[in-house]
Amino acid sequence: MTAVHLFVTCVGEMVVPDVPVAAVRVLRAAGCSVDVPVGQTCCGQPAWNAGFTEQAAEVARTSLDALDAPLADDPDAVVVVPAGSCTTMIRLYWPQLFELVGDDERAARAREVAARTFELTEFLEGRELPTVDGAATTVALHESCHLLRELHVETGPGAALARVAGCTRVDWSADDRCCGFGGTFSVKLPETSVAMADEKLDTLPDGVEVIVGADSSCLLHLRTRAEHRGLAVTTRHVAEVLDDAIRAEDGSEKGDGRG
Amino acid sequence: MAVGEWPVWSTSLRDRTATAVADPVLRSNIGAATDRFGTKRTSALAAVHDPDGLRRAARGVRGQILSNWAETLETLADNVMANGGHVCWAPTGADANDYIAAVARRIGASTVVKSKSMATEESGLNEALADVGCEPVETDLGEWIIQLAGEHPSHIIAPAVHKNRHQVADTFEAEAQMTDRVTEPAALVAFARAALRDRFLAADLGITGANFGVAETGSIVLVTNEGNARMATSQPRIHIAVMGAERVTQTWEQADLLLGLLAKSGTGQPLSSYTTVISGPRAEGEADGPDEFHLVILDNGRSTLAGTEFAEMLNCIRCGACLNVCPVYRQTGGHAYGWVYSGPMGAVLTPLLAGSDHDHGHDHGDGSSNPDELSGASTLCGACMEACPVEIPLQDLLLGLRRRKAADASRAEKAMWSAWAAAWSRPAGFRATASMAARTRRLGPLVSRLPGVSNWTDGRSMPALPARTFSQRWRSGDV
Repeated sequence: MTAVHLFVTCVGEMVVPDVPVAAVRVLRAAGCSVDVPVGQTCCGQPAWNAGFTEQAAEVARTSLDALDAPLADDPDAVVVVPAGSCTTMIRLYWPQLFELVGDDERAARAREVAARTFELTEFLEGRELPTVDGAATTVALHESCHLLRELHVETGPGAALARVAGCTRVDWSADDRCCGFGGTFSVKLPETSVAMADEKLDTLPDGVEVIVGADSSCLLHLRTRAEHRGLAVTTRHVAEVLDDAIRAEDGSEKGDGRG
Repeated sequence: MAVGEWPVWSTSLRDRTATAVADPVLRSNIGAATDRFGTKRTSALAAVHDPDGLRRAARGVRGQILSNWAETLETLADNVMANGGHVCWAPTGADANDYIAAVARRIGASTVVKSKSMATEESGLNEALADVGCEPVETDLGEWIIQLAGEHPSHIIAPAVHKNRHQVADTFEAEAQMTDRVTEPAALVAFARAALRDRFLAADLGITGANFGVAETGSIVLVTNEGNARMATSQPRIHIAVMGAERVTQTWEQADLLLGLLAKSGTGQPLSSYTTVISGPRAEGEADGPDEFHLVILDNGRSTLAGTEFAEMLNCIRCGACLNVCPVYRQTGGHAYGWVYSGPMGAVLTPLLAGSDHDHGHDHGDGSSNPDELSGASTLCGACMEACPVEIPLQDLLLGLRRRKAADASRAEKAMWSAWAAAWSRPAGFRATASMAARTRRLGPLVSRLPGVSNWTDGRSMPALPARTFSQRWRSGDV
């Protein structure tokens, strides 16, 4: 049984806990044991993207130390992250970040962790997971930028979604275009950010009830813009869609919140 | 007609972008045009055997050239002079303008025809020529339209891309004496062609850019889709080409590789309709060509990039592919970027060229800005890096510029990030933020009016926060 150490992410911890909860259940259904390493906080991406390297390193250091201890004990263990953006930070930018602040020891450990860190749908692609029956829903998939263009995970979210029978995915011309969130971009250039979200929402094919994706921050941006405009469409993380279907098959109860 | 002041650092990036996105016609024009370019680029590259291999090769070639940059430029200059041409090394835009104005004065030029050149946009040549009594006439259709409209280019290869055909007809009626209004593209082109023909014939001086300068033969290469560069370089007595100093190649083999990629990546053509090679003035026994040929090599801050973390920006071949795929540019168009270059390449290059005169802090407290602010005109979505034909790591360069800007940030902004880091580098501090966030759930309406928060809530609802954090649920064992 593969030991998975979940990196929860700050958005998962504070804003959409249903998403990491769903990720835990899906990973268990895929035959993994799941643990949540104590001491993790955030990957540091907000400060890194704003150019505040020292501050990013201060936060990333805490999470690196929390993640690499359990990996060191078990050579087959991996880190799984239910967000493409945070996975990108860990896998591509942590080594560079620690090098920039002159912490060579952590840069070396960050490279070890990076090699064993996977985004959730990327990890699931290589696992046995049965097809499950979900509620009949028409969905469109938002391909998040970092997952697609930095990690080059092109089929992960779609493949995960395809395991849910009953869920109909329709093509979306703007599926791989940025939602306009971009972290602090969303509040520094809010008019442009909203215009970008609007173009996504306005090009959504008729009949789509739910936008599904693998990054909660993009989904939050699209959902809160849709809510503001009074649009009926909502969003769900692909882990939640899978978890709903798995639990419906198991006949167990529904979760206690929204994702 | 007077052209708006450039650059426009008297306004903030936020104000400029907000104005742009409030114009639905602009957004629709830019969206349609960039979609068209993007689709054509995709099919042009799909016809290539190994597009990624081609991009890698092009990056390698650019790197090879720039590692011998000074020497290659010397070879180019020597061979231009051996071909009977003149060379001006212009450290700044003003130096380039002075040289060109002196030539214009010497021959008593009154009409100057120009083929599209971003380097002369950079130097503000048209204004400098007007100051010495010359009338510069842009002959690229898009450039002519915006010259008539008193605007600047909004796209590096399609300067009038922000206007639709009806707006172009409006401009021709108001500024070019079009009396029988036409709006069909072919008719608009015919009108421009007729109007410009007289100007070509009257011109004493032709000024062009240079897409590439090929050192081994002392030649410059110009690409157009209208043939106007051929008119501007063959009819007037004197031809002056202004070349950004990085646009040099050592060999024709290198130029060949880059020319093909330029056309495919920019307009999605296998090659541009006209590829013109100029190797000096008219030679003995030749029928066409100018009496004098001058090459102005414009530095304007480029040489300061060599050997820095931003050096790869010198590889840019100005194809515009990054503009066409950028989701930010798509909403704002080019004018919001405040200077000659726009889109991702502009967000990187403008701070590097124009930014050398400015402090790097971003908040002057009076609504003005400086070029470094442009590094924020990106969500770091990576579409530009994917499209770049010479694999410039635009996203990494934007991050580098953000680091440069952060180093000079206000005390308040630094304190904010330090407080964040102090809290989130400790699990207890992280949990405290989470429970504080949970407590603000009930204060939603109040919180949404806080400054800063309204930047989110003016366009988006506040996300409903959960009753319990993930950690609380995990520890309670019900996951």
